[in-house]
Amino acid sequence: MGKCFWAFLFIAFGFAPSITAEHNPRTERISGSAGDVLEDDPVGRLKVYVYELPSKYNKKILQKDPRCLSHMFAAEIFMHRFLLSSAVRTLNPEEADWFYTPIYATCDLTPTGLPLPFKSPRMVRSAIQLISSSWPYWNRTEGADHFFVVPHDFGACFHYQEEKAIERGILPILQRATLVQTFGQRNHVCLKEGSITIPPYAPPQKMQARQIPPETPRSIFVYFRGLFYDVNNDPEGGYYARGARAAVWENFKNNLLFDISTEHPTTYYEDMQRAIFCLCPLGWAPWSPRLVEAVVFGCIPVIIADDIVLPFADAIPWEEIGVFVAEEDVPKLDTILTSIPPEVILRKQRLLANPSMKRAMLFPQPALPGDAFHQILNGLARKLPHQKSIYLKPGKKILNWTAGPVGDLKPW
Amino acid sequence: MKLSALPQSYLNRRSNSFRSPGPLDSSSDSAVKSPATIFWLILHGLCCLISLVLGFRFSRLVFFFLFSTSSTNFYTAPFRSTAELAKTLDVHSVLSTKPVSNLELPLLNKTATNSRVVVGRHGIRIRPWPHPNPIEVMKAHKIIERVQKEQRLQFGVKDPSTIIVVTPTYVRTFQALHLTGVMHSLMLVPYDVVWILVEAGGISNETASLIAKSGLKTIHVGFNQRMPNSWDERNKLESKMRLRALRIVREKKLDGIVMFADDSNMHSMELFDEIQNVKWFGAVSVGILATLANTDESADQKKDKEENPRMPIQGPACNVSNMLAGWHTFNTLPFAGKSAVYIDDRATVLPRKLEWSGFVFNSRLLWKDGGDKPEWIKDIDMLHGDIESPLGLVKDPSVVEPLGSCGRQVLLWWLRVEARADSKFPPRWIIDPPLDITVPSKRTPWPDAPPELPANDKPVMGIQEPIVKHTTKTRTSRSKRRSKRKHETRTDTQASTRHSEQN
Repeated sequence: MGKCFWAFLFIAFGFAPSITAEHNPRTERISGSAGDVLEDDPVGRLKVYVYELPSKYNKKILQKDPRCLSHMFAAEIFMHRFLLSSAVRTLNPEEADWFYTPIYATCDLTPTGLPLPFKSPRMVRSAIQLISSSWPYWNRTEGADHFFVVPHDFGACFHYQEEKAIERGILPILQRATLVQTFGQRNHVCLKEGSITIPPYAPPQKMQARQIPPETPRSIFVYFRGLFYDVNNDPEGGYYARGARAAVWENFKNNLLFDISTEHPTTYYEDMQRAIFCLCPLGWAPWSPRLVEAVVFGCIPVIIADDIVLPFADAIPWEEIGVFVAEEDVPKLDTILTSIPPEVILRKQRLLANPSMKRAMLFPQPALPGDAFHQILNGLARKLPHQKSIYLKPGKKILNWTAGPVGDLKPW
Repeated sequence: MKLSALPQSYLNRRSNSFRSPGPLDSSSDSAVKSPATIFWLILHGLCCLISLVLGFRFSRLVFFFLFSTSSTNFYTAPFRSTAELAKTLDVHSVLSTKPVSNLELPLLNKTATNSRVVVGRHGIRIRPWPHPNPIEVMKAHKIIERVQKEQRLQFGVKDPSTIIVVTPTYVRTFQALHLTGVMHSLMLVPYDVVWILVEAGGISNETASLIAKSGLKTIHVGFNQRMPNSWDERNKLESKMRLRALRIVREKKLDGIVMFADDSNMHSMELFDEIQNVKWFGAVSVGILATLANTDESADQKKDKEENPRMPIQGPACNVSNMLAGWHTFNTLPFAGKSAVYIDDRATVLPRKLEWSGFVFNSRLLWKDGGDKPEWIKDIDMLHGDIESPLGLVKDPSVVEPLGSCGRQVLLWWLRVEARADSKFPPRWIIDPPLDITVPSKRTPWPDAPPELPANDKPVMGIQEPIVKHTTKTRTSRSKRRSKRKHETRTDTQASTRHSEQN
């Protein structure tokens, strides 16, 4: 009898903390399977083999320009570093599920810091030629179990201008590989089926350093800082952001609820923490680091980009966290935002306050459990096991190695 | 992508690439030019020349008239035939000078694989009345309020206590000015407020009507003594009035934090958040704005020599380990002999050593039955005389908790500004009936030009213009409301010019 009593007490105390933990009023766990997926641990579920490429593909490029470590395309470099020391790495390629090729394709920067994609196709081609001749793993699947990190504007289309990118299409030799990219738009040439969308790189330390006390009241209703008209390339408007940013400006420049301007304030991060909604409209490409910043600072992202595919869309329920506004509804943005019931807004803020949500958007060094690196690995793990059909008979070729513009075929 | 991080340069890069596509851009490397291309180039050059002459991109109008199929402002179906032409024409945007309105017809490029979203030029949608809708603005403010309330619930003070505010007041010209300020501050406080107003001279309709609009829970009591005219006496009476209020707290067993808000003080909102942290008896730093009254005459020459006189602070002083070590009080020596004695003197009004408003305490200290009261609190019924400051309520001043990061934050400001004792103001500040006959001020016993006024201060007359214009035959002079004689007030020159004669 006494033993039963003690056992009961023990069980009761065991359960009590878990019950109380769920009722934390500040954050809300993303319910359903999506919440668990964010906290999955990829270790043990997949094995990645990292090719040893000559340093001219990675280290030398980085040495030439260390700015690549801090711009928004830095994910490719940090992914390489993470994989080198990760527990999922295997040194035996025979047991690997996925193969990673470390190429820093976005590290050719102009003097002002913007990446030029003109040499990237040739670089990738040359790297693939190397791995297909030195290892047998590319040829046996023609890259179907390989993945590449291509964080540039339009992913593996390797151009910053959308029309040209569409014209080029995805690099033909990458047609069978899995692409890990920041660009995501449905029914677009540059988004292949099965690609993994990741957030752009945002410096975690800088954002951590600029936190303000959480009791500072959020007094800005809508916040945005950035260009509305790209005066150098599209002065009349209409091309840039498909006219959506210009529409935001023209409709709401007189509205005091909208704190929008093109200025570069030093208190940008602090201001975001004092805002309820942060606009994340498309620019020349639909993705932007604003989404990451909004999530980290607890500001509800208002996404104005038709057909956009957001990062880790299969793991994060973006509709519950952010507000999606169609580009044609931009003139009614104030009506849309003010008609959201306050309970819904509070729920979104609670979901955003969840630390696992914020971690999933960042690339911290050293890596933390649940961060973007792990989400990428989770995404890769979810695609396993590979179908038998990807393994080709020896000698069979599907990819056309000479496809694409003539300039791409030059050696690098 | 975030273009705020990619300034001019990126854009330059893009335009650079247009200008020098040869060696880099591998896509446009066709060396052979077909006749079609040449034809389009010539046509394009022609259009450019014409646009140069006309001053705007007339090609758009041409396409509008030739190719428009729908009458909407926005999308039209993509035109594959004109795709190349549209691309080449729009790429070189050097000639666009005319600002384009939202009715521009989009020229669309070829689309991607049956996507709803098309690349190319889009219209900029502007609604007919792009101004804020007041109902939506109100809704947005309600949302902001709700979010802030939630923030306070989560991060702010847990279990906030009621704030019991004690204010002694009396009817006078400046009462409306001061009391409105305090009232508005209290209306903004996010916690429950009980406002105890003790009025010298009994309850009056003036005060009652002022506070009626506040929406706060008020306790308005009268004190059967008129406010005397000297500052000393006034301070003494105010102390008595405050004790009266504390007795009310005891009688009604009000629970909360007692603070003293004199009606001419200014309070910051952080004060109310900070005093929630008091356990039993706390003190905050008060900024004294006493010296600002008389900065003319003597101070003018001296100002350049001495450094900026810092504002004196009254409040707790802490040592290095953030424990209460002493008190900052007001240094009255520089003002010896020059301070105001009567309420309407033009000299500096000095605070006392420690003002009541710098102290807050838990109302349970006043309750009769023992409970968990600490033993260092004196019973207010046992006080024989009046007390100068709330420190008289405690036996041992070292138990006082310093608030506001140990007195480093100044959370309220003390100031005493009053009009002359015999200054008149319209009851309830309503001019009713509208002035018809004006009485020259010569009848009043006030001197016209007080001897202390400095030379550069013109004797300003006609300070308070009655707003209601009245048809009067007497254009000699208007009744002057001499309520603000103590401070130099520059009225609009309009008023002084209208009164040519200075009596």
